[in-house]
Amino acid sequence: MKYTAKPLPPVNLPELKQVGKPLRRVDALSKTVGATVYAGDFSLPNMLYARVLRSSLPHGRITRLDTSKAAALAGVACVLTAKDLPQSILVTDMPGQTGQKRRSGSDAQVLAGEVVRYIGEPIALVAAETLDLAEKALQLIEIEYEALPAVYDPFEAMQPGAPILHAPDNVVARWKIRKGDVRAAMRTADLVLENTFQAPYQEHAYLEPEAGVSWIDERGVINIRVCTQVVEHFRSISLAVGVPQNRLRIQGTMVGGGFGGKEDITVEIFLGLLAKATRKPVKLVYTREESILAHSKRHPYVIKHRTGVMRDGRIVAAEIEMVSNSGAYVFLSPYVLLYSTGMATGPYRIDNVSVDALSVATNTPFTSAFRGFGAPQVCCAYEQQMDEIAKALDLDPLEVRRINYLRKGDCTAHGQEITSEAWLEETATRVLEALGEPAPDQGPIKVGQGFASYMQSYGRITWLHDTSQAWVGLEMDGTATIRAGVPDLGAGQVSALCQIVSEVLGVPMHSITIYHTDSATTPLSGTSTATRQLYMSGNATLQAANTIRKTLLERASKYFEEDPQNLDLADGKALVKSDPGQALNLKDLITVCAAEGLPLANLAMFKAPFTDPIDPETGQGRIWPDFTFGAQAVEVAVDTETGEVSVLKAVACHDVGRAINPGAVEGQIQGGSSQGMGYALTEDLSVVDGRIRAGSLSEYLIPTSCDFPATQTIILESGSGVGPFGAKGIGEPAFTPAPPAVANAVANAIGVRIFELPITPERVLKALGKAP
Amino acid sequence: MEPEVISLTVNGRRHRLLIDPNVTLLQALREHLGYVDVKNGCEKGDCGACAVLMNGKAVNSCLMLAVQAHGAEIVTAAGLGSLEHPHPIQEAFADLGGAQCGYCTPGMVVATKALLDEIPHPSEEEIRVALSGNLCRCTGYGQIVEAVRAAAEKLAAAETV
Repeated sequence: MKYTAKPLPPVNLPELKQVGKPLRRVDALSKTVGATVYAGDFSLPNMLYARVLRSSLPHGRITRLDTSKAAALAGVACVLTAKDLPQSILVTDMPGQTGQKRRSGSDAQVLAGEVVRYIGEPIALVAAETLDLAEKALQLIEIEYEALPAVYDPFEAMQPGAPILHAPDNVVARWKIRKGDVRAAMRTADLVLENTFQAPYQEHAYLEPEAGVSWIDERGVINIRVCTQVVEHFRSISLAVGVPQNRLRIQGTMVGGGFGGKEDITVEIFLGLLAKATRKPVKLVYTREESILAHSKRHPYVIKHRTGVMRDGRIVAAEIEMVSNSGAYVFLSPYVLLYSTGMATGPYRIDNVSVDALSVATNTPFTSAFRGFGAPQVCCAYEQQMDEIAKALDLDPLEVRRINYLRKGDCTAHGQEITSEAWLEETATRVLEALGEPAPDQGPIKVGQGFASYMQSYGRITWLHDTSQAWVGLEMDGTATIRAGVPDLGAGQVSALCQIVSEVLGVPMHSITIYHTDSATTPLSGTSTATRQLYMSGNATLQAANTIRKTLLERASKYFEEDPQNLDLADGKALVKSDPGQALNLKDLITVCAAEGLPLANLAMFKAPFTDPIDPETGQGRIWPDFTFGAQAVEVAVDTETGEVSVLKAVACHDVGRAINPGAVEGQIQGGSSQGMGYALTEDLSVVDGRIRAGSLSEYLIPTSCDFPATQTIILESGSGVGPFGAKGIGEPAFTPAPPAVANAVANAIGVRIFELPITPERVLKALGKAP
Repeated sequence: MEPEVISLTVNGRRHRLLIDPNVTLLQALREHLGYVDVKNGCEKGDCGACAVLMNGKAVNSCLMLAVQAHGAEIVTAAGLGSLEHPHPIQEAFADLGGAQCGYCTPGMVVATKALLDEIPHPSEEEIRVALSGNLCRCTGYGQIVEAVRAAAEKLAAAETV
């Protein structure tokens, strides 16, 4: 065998009773028996149905908008346009939530007033007694536009004379890194290699289209029951709807998949406005086609690498330029671009670095968060570049990486020290070992192998001063309750919190109830984004549970006449560790504590490290709390006659710090890998002149059960993360190495690199010189 | 287009329904009868989230008209089992990570039931083909395949007892 993994460094993982077990998630059975009530499944009496009129032009001035016929249709309760709104402003950068103050130019339109800037931009809302009537009313709205010159390509959008969407030059964000002396180092290099890589759009394609129901309750509070990744949006929503922040409640549902696509506001403001205008419950559910039109996409990037290397593979300098297409509005583009900038050099130690990154507005679908948040696109570039370096120097791809890998204690290109274990070689050798020898070629079918290493942050940008709160309480019968504003996207966010409480308080999982995702009744836990919930809310929950544990054990120590540290809580009992026969039912201990007025509930806040922003001139400074490291390897077969690529085998290995629920971790890794391989091979949004051509699931091809084999997962636990029990995040990291691993495998199979994803049969044939 | 009266059985319960002939079975089940465990993912047969058993066969209810289900016996995921009495397929999906966000899961469970009724011991290939009309964006299908396999074993063991 070509690659053999060395034994792992010794780690000290404390023995745990509940954490670390692949327990059935608390939300799982309800989902499999069809009992989970998703956002679109909920109804109220006398409910109205809403529809949205959207722009059919990529850039145009609205010259006439007449809603009178629609409003006059019997059964139509209301029609709203921009002029009916208190202010048609969608705040995408909320002070206190994403920084100290609103970034100038970051607002979008709730409903387009004078100008539309992309196909699908909302213009008018209708609410009617039935969905059919709402649809009819939509068709009765008369609209005329004057077409305006449009620009679709970010490079053209930066040229003088281009239509301006974002003053003065369409550049919505720029970041840079300056470290060392790139020019001098390039002169000392044995080889300077330059390549340009393109990473495309990606559609989230969660199975649940955006949906929600709104109503006004007996207090006059606007309630919105919705699938969202961000409860805290109630602030921007209340601003747009024109009510105080404490008069608008978000009740988050179990989310039928998010991946970043439900990170920005979707249906919430429309629902709030319509409930306010009609004083009736309103339901709005997007169709699949509308969902694809209405929400963000992964940013397409063009990334140029110029790398100076020595003959032994050592990288002495990297000069990287990248441009992302932000679409018509800013949304999260500046933050996504920051991730790309900070991660541009990947998990490699390079002393001389210059990165210049721009995000540019065009008349195309807006782009924002998608699993990985700008890190996967740059991973596509740096990991393909590493293979190209290996090829140019005739070195083994692992060897070139090994000599450059970051280690604990090293600094990234932006000057942040790696403070947890960086198991890069450990993960890379394991995926290669597991992949084994490649299958033989068969005539025109060429087999190839490739892999990719990566690093990816978890937790939000540290200068956003992130916090999370969780409440834990014990009931008189020995059961436990958790309250946390955590949105559950299906990754097991809320179940992990239950597992943590079960560990600390010794209450069985089935005796724990969690209330979550409600701005009115659960403490705010922050967003289910940035792979932060286990890290942030896991730590908040752990803090709260530990406070109660301390109270219980102190009281129990009087009973047992033992020091608290000799006691434990397990299986619904307090017990003496050295003699588990000496035990007291938790219920009885709780009764005593309650009678004595000891607190049996706790609200805890966990604070991430707070830092100052990075230096804007050099990009130096801390950006993230910590990083996850890992690798993925893939074997493909390429049919050189048809251009088709089949994945024969995929292996992923990640150091997750500590797996709270190994079953859920495996699910994240396999799902992320599949989504990443889809991005590399089949998912082609095909945006032409601002119009999405693959606008449904019959054209936009996400992986089916027959497309890829299950990704073999190897879970490593260094125990070195900043999450509870040493956990690191895995939700986003699971995606990141998959696309470049596929691209490297294809290049290995056919001997030619395809610099643009997805690797479609057409592109393969073109690369082989068999198609124009 | 005159409304028609149809009768159908859903999860063992008989319904009579006055319905327009252009209403799909999915709309009839979700909007008219309240079987919201049948999910709407695309309304054009691409995703399989709306799969139900119709006379024992898995069908996409969005591709059927309600009137075509006149006289039919429909079973949805909620008709196979409940929180108190889950079906072995539902337990296997819950135990083995077959459900993440869960939105595709009722359709997956229904497709699995149809498969195992026909092929009690399916190969991995047969499982993957049987579920190829049911999209999942979360799991990458690995744990779903495992769940189907485990459910098949559990059902076979119950049969031999």
